[in-house]
Amino acid sequence: MKAPSFAYSKPSSLEEALELLERPGATILAGGQSLIPSLNMRLSSPELLVDINGLPGFSKIEVLSSGVRIGCLVTHAQIEKSAEVSKHASLLAQAAPHIAHPAIRNRGTLGGSLALADPAAEYPACALASNATFILLGRKGERRVKAAEFFKGLFETDLRPGEILAAAEFPPADKAVFVELARRHGDYAIIGLAGTRVASRKRFVFLGAGATPVLAVNASRASTVGEARQALGEDLDPPADLYHTSDTKLHLARVLLERAWNTL
Amino acid sequence: MEHAVDTSMTVNGSLVRRRIPARQHLVDFLREELGLTGSHIGCEHGVCGACTVRVNGDIVRGCLMLAVQANGCKVDTIEGLSDSGELKALQKAFHEKNALQCGFCTPGMLMAAQDLVLQNRRCSREEIRKHISGNYCRCTGYQAIVDAIEQVLNGQS
Repeated sequence: MKAPSFAYSKPSSLEEALELLERPGATILAGGQSLIPSLNMRLSSPELLVDINGLPGFSKIEVLSSGVRIGCLVTHAQIEKSAEVSKHASLLAQAAPHIAHPAIRNRGTLGGSLALADPAAEYPACALASNATFILLGRKGERRVKAAEFFKGLFETDLRPGEILAAAEFPPADKAVFVELARRHGDYAIIGLAGTRVASRKRFVFLGAGATPVLAVNASRASTVGEARQALGEDLDPPADLYHTSDTKLHLARVLLERAWNTL
Repeated sequence: MEHAVDTSMTVNGSLVRRRIPARQHLVDFLREELGLTGSHIGCEHGVCGACTVRVNGDIVRGCLMLAVQANGCKVDTIEGLSDSGELKALQKAFHEKNALQCGFCTPGMLMAAQDLVLQNRRCSREEIRKHISGNYCRCTGYQAIVDAIEQVLNGQS
């Protein structure tokens, strides 16, 4: 289908962008790899698209004293190829090749994926597993929000109207692992797992397992893989999809947990 | 606010200036406005890959980019790459290996395959399959397509 009619503006400064976002029905256009399909299918009908691709300074990957800060307009392809990301946020580097296909990774952005908060997407789970901090810019200034507080519900986040998710900061982990199971490479994952280890503390976060990325609290605390597998039953109650029952998904989650445990 | 935007882009080497409705995606613009009907429209939501074109050297989904977003960009389509001879080896291999039947997916498939060729490295069949995983073919079962791409990449016959 074809998208409904909307106005379009491509501001060249943050000030201008924030002003445009105050208009009724204004929506941010970043990479557009989720927004444009939803327009084409007429699932959304914004009055104004504010294309933020002209904003300066939002496409940077910066190594911090502790971790890495990635601008919202950095694409999946850039994350996949970046030596800095591979070194300082290997979880993201491992996750990026699982996102859709090369032609989509060339345009889809980190900020777009996080702000959309699709619970089956890779980056939200990575952000929660890494204990990332999001930098949100609005007319009232900057807010820093932890991933754990950012994802509120199904496609629902802590972003307030008029705010832009400008960047995300990923603290370092001693080890990270990303695994997912999909019917075909690039398809939505049936279930996926982003895991990190800092000293002896492990964090296992599942995607495709609920309305938001789900931190498996009990499995993360377990001291053996057997205990973790057992505990996962208390952490997850994954919703069935068209092809997989909840039990199947829990079984597959345990398979991934075991793989991740042995890597971390 | 404007629902149409003055846009200029370089398509297959020629500068094009048009006032484009914001809602029109790039592949519709190329087909309807410029008559470049080699890029096909399949699903129109980024799943099938039939509309794959190159923007500033990177392959993208033509249906997942607004034409106005291509302002100032260099756009290359199957027509441009075919006329320049860039796809010669792939086209020959697709022909020899019978890597197409109805041909609907072929332009997008060639654009995706050429993206891999430009990386200039040997690839396993698994890597080739991963790279074209975003391009649907409903006729061939992919085997012959992978054969053709493999021949160009690795020089096997």
